[in-house]
Amino acid sequence: MVLSAVFILDLKGKVSLSLARSSEDIIREYLCPILIPDGKNQVLISRNYRGDIAMSSIDKFMPLLMDAEEDELTPSPIVSTDDGITFLYIRHNNLYLVAMTKKNSNAATTLVFLYKLCEVFKEYFKELEEESIRDNFVIIYELLDEMMDFGYPQTTESKILQEYITQESYKLESQARPPMAVTNAVSWRSEGLKYRKNEVFLDVVESVNLLVNANGNVLRSEILGAIKMKCYLSGMPDVRLGLNDKVLFETTGRTASKGKAVEMEDIKFHQCVRLSRFENDRTISFIPPDGEFELMSYRLNTQVKPLIWCEAVVESHSGSRIEYMIKAKAQFKRRSTANNVEIIIPVPEDADSPKFKTNTGLAQYAPELNAIVWKIKTFPGGKDFVLRAHFGLPSVKTDDPDKRPPISVKFEIPYFTTSGIQVRYLKVVDKSGYQAFPWVRYITQNGDYFLRMPDAVKNAKMDRIAF
Amino acid sequence: MFAASDKKGEAFELRADLNSEYKEKRKETVKKVIANMTIGKDVSGLFADVVKNMQTEDIELKKLVYLYLINYAKTQPELVILAVNTFLKDTDDLNPLIRALAIRTLGCLRVEKVVDYLMEPLKKSLKDDDPYVRKTSALCVAKIFDLNPAICIDNGLIAILQDMLSDRNPMVIANAVSALSEIHAQSPKDQIFIITPTSLTKLLAALNECTEWGQICILESLSGYKPQLGSREAAEIVERVIARLQHANPSVVLSAVKVLMIYLSHVDAELSKQVIRKMAPPLVTLLSSEPEIQYVALRNINLILHRHPQILAQEIRVFFTKYNDPLYVKLEKLECIIKLSSTDNIDQVLLELREYASEVDVEFVRRSVRAIGRCAVKLDMASERCVNVLLDLIKTKVSYVLQEAVVVIKDVFRKYPRKYEGVIPALCENLEALDEPDAKAALVWIIGEYAERIENAEELVEYFVEGFKDESAKVQLQLLTATVKLFLKKPGSAQELVQKILQLATQGCENPDIRDRAYIYWRLLSSNPQAAKAVVLAEKPPIESDNSTVSETLLDELIYHIGSLASVYYKPAALLGVRGDRVDLRMAVAEDDDPNKIDVQQVVASVGGNIENLLDLDFGGPVAVPVSVGASGGGQRASNVDDLLGMMDLGGASSSFGVASSPAAAVIETPKVKLLQPENANGLELSGSFAKRNGQLSLDLVFVNTTSIAMTDFAIQFNVNSFGITPSGPLQVPVVNGGQVVNHSLPLNRTGAPTTQQPPSNVVQIALKNSNGVYYFQISVTDERVLE
Repeated sequence: MVLSAVFILDLKGKVSLSLARSSEDIIREYLCPILIPDGKNQVLISRNYRGDIAMSSIDKFMPLLMDAEEDELTPSPIVSTDDGITFLYIRHNNLYLVAMTKKNSNAATTLVFLYKLCEVFKEYFKELEEESIRDNFVIIYELLDEMMDFGYPQTTESKILQEYITQESYKLESQARPPMAVTNAVSWRSEGLKYRKNEVFLDVVESVNLLVNANGNVLRSEILGAIKMKCYLSGMPDVRLGLNDKVLFETTGRTASKGKAVEMEDIKFHQCVRLSRFENDRTISFIPPDGEFELMSYRLNTQVKPLIWCEAVVESHSGSRIEYMIKAKAQFKRRSTANNVEIIIPVPEDADSPKFKTNTGLAQYAPELNAIVWKIKTFPGGKDFVLRAHFGLPSVKTDDPDKRPPISVKFEIPYFTTSGIQVRYLKVVDKSGYQAFPWVRYITQNGDYFLRMPDAVKNAKMDRIAF
Repeated sequence: MFAASDKKGEAFELRADLNSEYKEKRKETVKKVIANMTIGKDVSGLFADVVKNMQTEDIELKKLVYLYLINYAKTQPELVILAVNTFLKDTDDLNPLIRALAIRTLGCLRVEKVVDYLMEPLKKSLKDDDPYVRKTSALCVAKIFDLNPAICIDNGLIAILQDMLSDRNPMVIANAVSALSEIHAQSPKDQIFIITPTSLTKLLAALNECTEWGQICILESLSGYKPQLGSREAAEIVERVIARLQHANPSVVLSAVKVLMIYLSHVDAELSKQVIRKMAPPLVTLLSSEPEIQYVALRNINLILHRHPQILAQEIRVFFTKYNDPLYVKLEKLECIIKLSSTDNIDQVLLELREYASEVDVEFVRRSVRAIGRCAVKLDMASERCVNVLLDLIKTKVSYVLQEAVVVIKDVFRKYPRKYEGVIPALCENLEALDEPDAKAALVWIIGEYAERIENAEELVEYFVEGFKDESAKVQLQLLTATVKLFLKKPGSAQELVQKILQLATQGCENPDIRDRAYIYWRLLSSNPQAAKAVVLAEKPPIESDNSTVSETLLDELIYHIGSLASVYYKPAALLGVRGDRVDLRMAVAEDDDPNKIDVQQVVASVGGNIENLLDLDFGGPVAVPVSVGASGGGQRASNVDDLLGMMDLGGASSSFGVASSPAAAVIETPKVKLLQPENANGLELSGSFAKRNGQLSLDLVFVNTTSIAMTDFAIQFNVNSFGITPSGPLQVPVVNGGQVVNHSLPLNRTGAPTTQQPPSNVVQIALKNSNGVYYFQISVTDERVLE
């Protein structure tokens, strides 16, 4: 990985943070009203890592993006100039983080590093925005220097960085030294931590991604699960996590005692987990970082019914009005309840004079979204609710093709996982032999949860709606 | 200069404060200077005053001064020398953080003069007790090598770096690997970084222990290792690397995928199957990462599907786009959907594509419509279903949907001649709605091609001929050909029309292509209508599926670059980056005035200019000449017309060379030129020239292996060129042993299809493959007598 430079750019109204991959770090200020394409952009801060590209080359970055936008294309996250300089960038709030290179750099690593940079800055400054960058430029330079050398990423663990790069270094009596963890095999945890009460909190969070086509057929249904940990443990504890993992049960010849085993299609682990051990015998063992982190994530396709199902009938009387009937159904067990359900039903941009009728929850027209937002505080399993809506339409139709965004649903179901995953045990072993207390919580929520809208019908068999 | 600006007062003040007797004041002032530097003001005028503050116990202040130095060292090389003493002292500091900081900064100064002073401290810090200092020093060697390679070699720094591969600290190993890989890439012939079975064990052990970034470096280096044949080595590496697929960092996953893809050919079928199975879920999971990373992943998945389409055969649904995906992600998913479409899933795919065709984003809609056509061309069994969906879309009357549909239906006609004539009326109905040249040209082509089946073909053609002058060249050319086709098919009714258009085109048209084509038609029609029929109405070769956007040769190379920019752009790595940059670097390394410098640079530059042609290179099979409607019409004609009108050679091939006539000498040899330099071609030096002996055209090549390792698996491929030169058979060079020189004469013939590229060029682009890689070069035909 050879990255030339990193920039953070900021544009008024459209701000950007940029990081380039080569050998020097650069962050300058980019202050440029987007309306003036050839105006003077300024970089907020930048670091030149390799010195092989003139730092002024960043001036070619914004024009490249704007050219693409002029052609009504969303520019891809990797753009190149004619003379062979490549910019890789991500956006955060109103900032662009741009990496610059003139070699065949590793694009994946560069982009992942940019995200990592964002993450570390957020850990340090809470918010990553123009102001926090200006106020903390000294520390940002230090971080850029420490996180990458000659275009190669080095230490990027914010917890470890915070041990020797601090905002209040002048208060330190003794001079900072590199923590052991910087070069240790355990590069994510410092030694000598002490807690009076040793506790571990586990959150199993499952996000459901769903895509249903207009005919009501499920095209995709997948669960993205994550096990998040908060560790307050002393010393260098060795932790083992046991799940009802089907592959593990099969290889050990054990049958799941209670409940069923879960077959995860793919699992990703935090770098603390010993991957070779997992590859050998499916044991999840690790020395955890201190505090909060995501231990693992997993993915599986499900055959289960979509948790919240929506049927929509749309009847359009062109030139006068459009009517909707939405039926929402909670297709999970009765003993669970979905909270804070929000069903967002898109309507034409030029719709007006909304009227709603529903037996549950609160329906509102959100003109900024061009949608109806139907909020249901608690949605018990097995129940179904109906919303009817009526809008007026202008008699003159615009030529623009109708946007047809899908219905999206937001929800949370506590104490429930769709996959049925369970934490069987969490063993904590430390030399000092203390007892640790694990706490486990489960929650299921929506991910990208979309149901495509059916076409509007002219004469729906919809009951006349009385308003 | 800061001091000279109108802010003289401020500069003066800063200078005074930098020399203040109070520590805190000085520090605050340095901060102010850096703040000025950050917003792009030139504060280099304060160099001497800032550097005075370098000698301090305060790490933060020290870092600020160092930062300042990095920024301005290049502009003030003389003054940097003043700072060197403090640097040297810092490399001896008790605190490893300061030792490392000094070494890291010294490497970044990029001032030639400082390098000499740096040697001793660097040698010492490479062997420092603290791993933090060692890992920093390892990268410093790469920095210095970039500046002055000779001094690194003379001082034995490279040797120390090589020893560091057995360091006890995994991070040090990882940085040593990074530094060595970079140095190796700059001068491959020195064999600076060759993994041996011993170092392999160490690297694999470090892979388990170092940070995610270190893992990426080590995986990168593994991809360049060639496991010993017949040993368990490849299988062991695969087993170690496969565990990395579970890493949370997408870039680690992609690097592991790369290594696995490369090693697939080295392991037995059983393991290879298992690896492919295990790779699928992590590839799918990459689609849950951030959109920018997804984009890189999707570009690479596309490549992987090229090689192993079965890997995600069951997973086509994961590529169905989400409403909120950015356009660049949607377009890449579309490519994957086309790749994975099959007769089993085509119904579902069509439903999905039909849905996309009604979305808002015009570009996405167009590509989706095009995708339906591409599926039709790809899947014979499903073509009818695809055509029906296209017809459906035509009925929507949405202008850009309609036009895109017309363009792809033309391709469907090319693939399945006379099969879907039924849709022609529907197309012709929309004649007036078309306003894009591509769509018009496509429809005109269809009318000409099917003139005998379309009752009112004359009317339709006439409609277009009316506005002939205002059409773009593309439409004009098609219209010309279509009218002639119409005339040949229905001589009675179209005579007036053809005369009209020939007149229009020959007299009122500025564009020489159109005028010349009109003249040729005219003469053909008047001198020999039968020949005209044979030429214009000739059977066209059917088109192939357009799915092979990347040739096998390029794919071979790109697999080695998974995750990198090359794999995102689908370009050979040598063509990426600043033009001639790689060459420049190497020349800087060599330092002497190499007479071949310019040659090499030209090769890279000119190859860069012709990337598209280059991509057609294919070692695997016959060269697939892309056939579009326009080109094929022209190509066909070119070969037939040649005889009739010797002077008008549309192929553009021999016009400039074929005229000279001299008695054919028995032996014509041209002076050999250097084609490949060892430093660019992993140690292979190649020179060659065209020659003719007893009427046989050949390419004389001299292979010099400058390494100590045998090179095998030679193969050669010619790009389509103006002369139609292709090799008569495969390259018969089995092995070139280390240090060996091999002379070989490659017999050539001129039976290949010449390019219609204008202007004709006397350059032949060639790709050479051997066990170490693929290289591109070009050679000019300097003596046209060899071609006679």
